[in-house]
Amino acid sequence: MVNVTLRVNGETRSASVPPETTLLRLLRDQFNLTGSKLGCDVGDCGACTVIVDGQPVNSCLMLVGQVEGREVLTIEGLANADHLYPLQKLFEHFGSLQCGFCGPGVIMSAKALLDENPDPSTEEIRDALGGNLCRCTGYTKMIEAIKGASCILRGEEAPLVKSA
Amino acid sequence: MKTFTNTNPNSLDQAVSLVQQARTNGQTASLVGGGSDLLALVKDFIVKPDVLVNLKTIKGLDQVVPEAGGVHIGGLITLDALGSHPVIRSQYTVLAEAAETVATPQIRNVGTLGGNVCQRPWCWYFRNGFPCLKNGGSMCYSVGGENQFHAIFGGGPSYIVHPSDTATALVALGAKFRVVGPSGERVVPGADFFVLPRQDSTRENILAPGELLSAVQLAPAPPGRRSTYNKVLDREAWTHAVVSAAVVLDMDREICRSASVVLGGVAPIPWRVPDAERLLAGQRITPALASKVGEAAVAGAQPLTKNAYKVPMTKALVRRTVLALATRA
Ligand code: FES
Ligand code: FES
Repeated sequence: MVNVTLRVNGETRSASVPPETTLLRLLRDQFNLTGSKLGCDVGDCGACTVIVDGQPVNSCLMLVGQVEGREVLTIEGLANADHLYPLQKLFEHFGSLQCGFCGPGVIMSAKALLDENPDPSTEEIRDALGGNLCRCTGYTKMIEAIKGASCILRGEEAPLVKSA
Repeated sequence: MKTFTNTNPNSLDQAVSLVQQARTNGQTASLVGGGSDLLALVKDFIVKPDVLVNLKTIKGLDQVVPEAGGVHIGGLITLDALGSHPVIRSQYTVLAEAAETVATPQIRNVGTLGGNVCQRPWCWYFRNGFPCLKNGGSMCYSVGGENQFHAIFGGGPSYIVHPSDTATALVALGAKFRVVGPSGERVVPGADFFVLPRQDSTRENILAPGELLSAVQLAPAPPGRRSTYNKVLDREAWTHAVVSAAVVLDMDREICRSASVVLGGVAPIPWRVPDAERLLAGQRITPALASKVGEAAVAGAQPLTKNAYKVPMTKALVRRTVLALATRA
């Protein structure tokens, strides 16, 4: 067993788990944070994307042995009961998701991008989503939502016109 | 996934002795940096370690440090940090560009330079557990099978292609590789680090069990140097090179003093093309010369049944890369 203590969404959490446990398993099975999804389990799809020390990573490829003392942000850490995070709000507004399975990972990648680059170009958004596979949408409405959220987060008015 | 124990060394020596110790106990040990490649192999039971030696707990191996006018790059630097490092971007552009093209942002944030250079091949027979040469078997299934992405140079008996973008760039820059193991440290030219399947079909480099790539060293970039990495993908994101070209030109105004042309995605090792380099040395680079260099880059290619398309693709990629780099303002 490995004893691990880390920060998850601002809270200190500990667990004792087998060494082959991934961060994704830790979040989902030990901490009941099931927002991050298990897709491929090998780094292909990005459904498990969470932010570790400010950078988006595949939680399915990170072992508990590598997360001791680190700061993890998951989709559950963005909203509270009353307020959706701007990215979530605009994903809803633009209808950016269909089945939604890729959503938490996409939103965490987008959140990490906007934290670093508050006014990204379409090209930069596409690059930032390069590791997030969506099998339902064509990404267009996600990109619109991320642009809109970037306006809100910069304190500007978001263009809320939807594409056809 | 197979269960294993995790160990956290705090020095290279300790890491090496942990591997030794495991081996003496009849156990298998795997060294892990970012873990992106290893963990996928472990999950698929291609690699079955009893002990994992987590290199990430070793401090100071993730830096770019000035050394003898050039730089020393620790093997644990992440691909993201490498690609955005100002000195690498300006002096060793081909390496920064190669690092930026690897996989996805998520993987570049975790994956290391050492791990990228030492990653195992992505041949689908190997990764899907076929008993091929790379899995300890006796044949390469690509020869009579699906070989669309396999080698056109240097193949036999295995026809894998070396998947590392950064390895291609490092060989083009004439990097030296620092190897640490049970018998101490040795420094080898990057080009001698990789081994062809005809030398040893079970591995892709000279690392013996228990050895690891701790750092790479780059000589100072001479004035007039320009370099770039171009990669052809079969989709827009998240994949390995179908063909790639790392080109370094040392220019004296309009004249190319010397050049280095190394191909990725076409051979079991980063594939240097000395004939193409010779054509460029001492010349003014014109479209006609760039075409000749492209031709020279594919001389001697031996495509398999389904990858002959790589020949014209390589030719065009080399021609365009050389010409664009030479005429860049
Ligand atoms: S589940 Fe982690 S990348 Fe697919
Ligand atoms: S909405 Fe279904 S996978 Fe993206």
